Amino acid sequence: MIVGQQKPLAEIKAEVVPFSKLLILGCGTCVKTCFAGGEDEVATLASSLRLAFKKDGRQIKIEELTVERQCEDEFIKEAAAAIARNDAVLSLACGAGVQMVANRYAKSPVLPGVNTTFIGILEKQGLFTEKCLGCGDCVLDVFAGICPVSRCSKKLMNGPCGGSHGGKCEVNPDTDCAWQLIIDRSKDFGQLDRLSTYVPPKDWRTSNAGGPRKLVREDHII
Amino acid sequence: MSAGKLQEILSQGKFAVTAECGPPRGANAEVVWKKGALLKGYVDAVNVTDNQTAIVRMSSIAACAHLIQMGIEPVMQMVTRDRNRLALQSDIMGAYSLGIRNILCLSGDHQIFGSQPEAMNVWDIDCMHLIHTVKDMRETGKDMSGFALDEPPKMFIGAAENPFADPFEFRVLRLAKKAAAGANFIQTQCIYDIARFKEWIHVAYEQGLTEQVHILGGVTPLKSAGMANYMATKVAGITIPEAIIKRLEATPKEKAAAEGMKICLETIQELREIKGVHGVHIMAIEAEDKVPEIVKLAGLYPRP
Repeated sequence: MIVGQQKPLAEIKAEVVPFSKLLILGCGTCVKTCFAGGEDEVATLASSLRLAFKKDGRQIKIEELTVERQCEDEFIKEAAAAIARNDAVLSLACGAGVQMVANRYAKSPVLPGVNTTFIGILEKQGLFTEKCLGCGDCVLDVFAGICPVSRCSKKLMNGPCGGSHGGKCEVNPDTDCAWQLIIDRSKDFGQLDRLSTYVPPKDWRTSNAGGPRKLVREDHII
Repeated sequence: MSAGKLQEILSQGKFAVTAECGPPRGANAEVVWKKGALLKGYVDAVNVTDNQTAIVRMSSIAACAHLIQMGIEPVMQMVTRDRNRLALQSDIMGAYSLGIRNILCLSGDHQIFGSQPEAMNVWDIDCMHLIHTVKDMRETGKDMSGFALDEPPKMFIGAAENPFADPFEFRVLRLAKKAAAGANFIQTQCIYDIARFKEWIHVAYEQGLTEQVHILGGVTPLKSAGMANYMATKVAGITIPEAIIKRLEATPKEKAAAEGMKICLETIQELREIKGVHGVHIMAIEAEDKVPEIVKLAGLYPRP
């Protein structure tokens, strides 16, 4: 999923301060799962903002709405009326959702309420970890199912570096060394010898280095 | 173009001595000249670090060029953290045109440890790719795109290895990968845990790797118990056995530096007796003035 984190209240408050009628628009998919922008977060944020502005002696009208997914036109159509009766939209979707809404509703200011952080998993209750960089050329088959592009701090294709210590990464002792995991897993499969093969440089054209990406599915175009 | 002195000494089977020169945090070339003057004649080549520990300094290429003007042979360190493959290749060509003949290919310390942790890193390619690229330039005369270069750079290729990092069983395998990619010499991380170093190089020796690649053992004289503790706990990739820390702690403060020097000389002595060790790399960080003394006391002076 796309993992995001709600921006600090002070930052959100500074963003919305010019407006007196605000729609907080939640997204019911990824950011709901990581507790950043689902229905519950929309309600909590709305209360916090109302209170914060009240303390300043300012009235702000806040409307709440959550759609299934902000990255699909089908779902954000539902927000048309609510968006029309407010001065601005504070979107709690990921960066893609924010831009989708801005794209459809060209006349409404659309502001981000969430910092989109990474593509990751719910590792355990309350812990989300990064697992993919979206490089566009998956190499998990070469590395025993552990991605060095997103999980090695130096993106090493031929690791581990000299900073791997006790299975942890030198950059953060709370982070597993991806290469230790790659080696351990390769060993489990009896494939350690595969890691002695030189892995050539990555072709980054499939990643964001090649410019904004597009995926065309001719078979789905009507 | 003729080969450098370092390549000559190592290929003749002589015990090589290299040292390190960290460029200044500024454009003051005098710092390089001073360090160079201290080292000249005592070592076969001088490594010039490349934004070491991710702290911005005078470029390695420029500092190398200053050393060449002084008649000192440099080893240009190059990290893949700060430049993409385009910049790396063009800098290798530029370096060669300035007379630089040795390169040490590194991935580099993470920028989070440096003076500008907010920087974006690059790591378009890793150190293994850089080794391969420099070898290809030398042996096929082509750049990474396959373009035939007008006077390809012919560098003597170095790489680093850390026998003290984990997982230990993979360390020799990685050395083999670097040798296969084209590394001609290896400079290791500072050796304090000589037992572990011996274990590592023994496996490398048994596999014939020390015949393919020249190993230079890294040493850094410790100045105090405080420095030892700091390096053991704060510097990534360094292991210092408890016995060495205790030995320094048991020494009166004013004599600690001398004791550190003694430990360093003992390590060099041990290294000289280990099969497969072809030299020593003295990393006297901001203590270049100690290098001549170390070289002389270790019985490695005069240099060939």
